[in-house]
Amino acid sequence: MNIIRDVIKPIGKGLKITMRHFLEPKDTVSYPEQRKEQFARTRWRHVLLRYEDGLERCIGCSLCAGACPVRCIYVEAAENTDEERYSPGERYAKRYEINLLRCIYCGYCQDACPTGAIVLREDYELADYTRESFIATKEMLLEPLPVRDEVAEAVK
Amino acid sequence: MDKRVQEIVLRDSSTPAIPNLEMGGNVLLTRLDEIVNWARRNSIFPLTFGLACCAIEMMSSAASRFDLARFGMEVFRASPRQADLMIVAGRVSKKMAPVLRQIYDQMPAPKWVVSMGACASCGGIFNNYAIVQGVDQIVPVDVYVPGCPPSPDALIYALIKLQQKIRTQRLGMLLELKPRTDTPAIGGAETKTISTPNSSLPSVRAHET
Ligand code: SF4
Ligand code: SF4
Ligand code: SF4
Repeated sequence: MNIIRDVIKPIGKGLKITMRHFLEPKDTVSYPEQRKEQFARTRWRHVLLRYEDGLERCIGCSLCAGACPVRCIYVEAAENTDEERYSPGERYAKRYEINLLRCIYCGYCQDACPTGAIVLREDYELADYTRESFIATKEMLLEPLPVRDEVAEAVK
Repeated sequence: MDKRVQEIVLRDSSTPAIPNLEMGGNVLLTRLDEIVNWARRNSIFPLTFGLACCAIEMMSSAASRFDLARFGMEVFRASPRQADLMIVAGRVSKKMAPVLRQIYDQMPAPKWVVSMGACASCGGIFNNYAIVQGVDQIVPVDVYVPGCPPSPDALIYALIKLQQKIRTQRLGMLLELKPRTDTPAIGGAETKTISTPNSSLPSVRAHET
């Protein structure tokens, strides 16, 4: 047995690979401190959008609930009146709930919506301790009212 | 919260979370709690329990890009005797349910369960006769992770939440970690009586209507 050829050289060859990978930049994303960039069309937690004037886009048509393959959306519609107007159309969603645990984040609801009210966004930090905390109600899903920047308007 | 939401079957975990860990009372025991919890939450050995597609994401969260080793969780154990966390990754069929429960019973206390994915947490898209509608019907679940499949970051977020929960544990709670008595034991003489686990419980169908 040739010590140099059979032992030392293979070990050196192996260590060379190890050292090469050791010196390469690291792949790891240190998640809680540093986030992986999400893809542009990532589908995670839903958001109910509003128009620029603050009215809700959702008209309570339940098409999203019909398109959902797991039936995890519940929509209850009610009529808009002139005193109580939530959306531009005739009706609005009085109750809108999504069971985020049952949802498979397929985005079919987003495709089915005629007004583009429901969209899936990038918030993936959804884990929780109890099962009932996954029922997202309309208040939780609606995006906040647009805040008018009065200072900027006055300057303009 | 309205009634329809409350009707969901809730199986709380065996580790109740205490909201804030106050100092006071027995200082010595509180300190000991902190040391024990620190050791426990930073050396969790998960059990390899991949049942379906979610397992791929579980594996990739242990790989170098996401690297569970940063949390001391990289040692996936194939034996329940050496594991303290069961990540149920994937759909649990009714045939698998007794096996899952038996493996859970074989794990030494303290033990935790993370239900990963829509299927394990509530049945997901498989609302049918063959799939258990939520693994919380057979074992107490500590953290639920929604998603189909949850991305490795979402799983790591859940594991961080689990670490936070372990942090709030008290040693006195170990008494509560006994096997639950209201869940039928699997194995031995009673095996035949539990072919459908918890069939008496109402099924989780809050959003089916
Ligand atoms: S993303 Fe898919 S599963 Fe989730 S609510 Fe929309 S249609 Fe239903
Ligand atoms: S979100 Fe869209 S599809 Fe669903 S009820 Fe509202 S308007 Fe209709
Ligand atoms: S939740 Fe989705 S990815 Fe996970 S096991 Fe079920 S079907 Fe597969």
